[in-house]
Amino acid sequence: MPLNNDTIQQILIQKFGDELTDWQEPYEMLTFTAPKEINLKVLQFLYDEPSLNFRFLTDLQAVHYPDKKGQELAVVYHLHNLVDNVRIRFKVFTDIIQPDVFSATALYQSANFMERETYDFFGVNFTGHPNLIRILNVDEMDYFPMRKEFPLEDQTRVDKDDEMFGR
Amino acid sequence: MSEHILLPEGSIEKQTTTLNLGPTHPATHGVFQNILELDGERILKATSTVGYIHRAFEKLAERRPLYQITPITDRLNYCSSPINNMGWHITCEKLLDVKLPKRVDYLRIIIMELSRISDHLICNSIVGVDSGAYSGFLYLMQFRELIYEIYEEVCGSRLTTNIGRIGGFERNFTNTAFVKLEKFLATYPKQLKEFETLFNRNRIFMERTIGVGAISAERALNYGFTGPNLRAAGVDYDVRVHTPYSSYQDLEFTIPVGKTGDCYDRFLVRNQEMWQSLSLIEQAYKKVQEFKGAESEVFHADSPAYYLPEKKDVYSKMEALIYHFKIVMGETDIPAGELYSSVEGGNGELGFYLISDGGRTPYRLHFRRPCFIYYQAFPELVQGGMLSDAVITMSSLNLIAGELDA
Repeated sequence: MPLNNDTIQQILIQKFGDELTDWQEPYEMLTFTAPKEINLKVLQFLYDEPSLNFRFLTDLQAVHYPDKKGQELAVVYHLHNLVDNVRIRFKVFTDIIQPDVFSATALYQSANFMERETYDFFGVNFTGHPNLIRILNVDEMDYFPMRKEFPLEDQTRVDKDDEMFGR
Repeated sequence: MSEHILLPEGSIEKQTTTLNLGPTHPATHGVFQNILELDGERILKATSTVGYIHRAFEKLAERRPLYQITPITDRLNYCSSPINNMGWHITCEKLLDVKLPKRVDYLRIIIMELSRISDHLICNSIVGVDSGAYSGFLYLMQFRELIYEIYEEVCGSRLTTNIGRIGGFERNFTNTAFVKLEKFLATYPKQLKEFETLFNRNRIFMERTIGVGAISAERALNYGFTGPNLRAAGVDYDVRVHTPYSSYQDLEFTIPVGKTGDCYDRFLVRNQEMWQSLSLIEQAYKKVQEFKGAESEVFHADSPAYYLPEKKDVYSKMEALIYHFKIVMGETDIPAGELYSSVEGGNGELGFYLISDGGRTPYRLHFRRPCFIYYQAFPELVQGGMLSDAVITMSSLNLIAGELDA
């Protein structure tokens, strides 16, 4: 039987029950949300379960939703089953005051840099990461620039007198 | 740092040397650093540092309308910017639900495969340079020039191309473009053949590359390898086959795979892919020629809200003027949605994760840069090897600094 979104959803619901929520299929990719405490369990189950076989971590990143109180940061995993060629996406939400999420590095080596990048830009604290330091920004930086509270400079501002760039 | 490292049995030096390979070392071919701990000439430990040319693309993209993000994508893997541009256009077209005419798809395949050739050509000839054979580089480089002339004819620029628009191309291919394409197709195979005879069974080259920087298929998958580097390890994963885009499903091609995942296999896989790309271009060109009459003039989709109208219409028609203004000022709201779309870039799966909340700009845009992800494996690949092997491994992985840092 070919693996499709419905069967994946059934198998996951069988295992985790109603802990997994917010099932969607935007642009045909199965998307769901897991509590952040069980993100590793879900990843491990998706990896080990022979009928699911999601063994390739395509991408890992975060999104900041400043208006969702208590769930400001979303960590998004994109997984790929290369044999049946199915992709899924799942998210864990965490609050911004103590953004601790378990690290996936034990399962995927590729998560190492991706989690460092996510930490660097959003400040998600990946518990269990072997080397959680900034990767693209300078080490001295004391804020997380991709969060929405840091808007880009207003392009129409006139208070700056810059001879070189004519503003 | 050095006191934590155990020296191997029979160490001559009795102490380690720290060597900075990069950020501006000529052998890195880009701005990134490797701190190597050496025992004599043997590498005990490698630490990679990236981020020297970080340009905050993802932050910038959050304030730009879709069409202004295309020039950003140029600067990811600048050896094959057209693929990045097309990947971004394809992502936008999925979000905006724009259907492309077949002719545009085939024209895009021609451009994408040309840039794949130019990407692999650079990588493979640089592997030659780093192993001491400069002539291959000199011979192949002239053909990158021919490819760049085709880009120039199509879009007006060469390296950072900003080629095409959301919904098609900015103008139809001129006859000169096709003439130049034919010239390339006629001359390149002979040169590539000669390049292969110089290298493929060259004893010195084989000794330098076989078994160097090898990675097993399992490790490669765990490290998130994609593209030629993964295929060299024996996994036939190619986005063009797994999730076809731009009508790749209409064309015949094979996916070359290697076995050992070492520098030599990566070199052979890239060479084979160039042959496949040549055949793809020929097939797509044949299909383009089949369009007759009005169909042979089609070079964009019919989506006035996102595709810039022709200049002469802007000056004479009210509707075109309105659309022109709205597009240029970025005043068109994009539909809300969440989308991951990927293309097979020069180095592997180039993904775009786009979240739109219905505003004028993306709410969040993330680039999945294949280089960034597989660069993590570099310390493992070079550990225990010689310093000169590290240099070859680096160039055969085709690390592009622009793609590392975003």
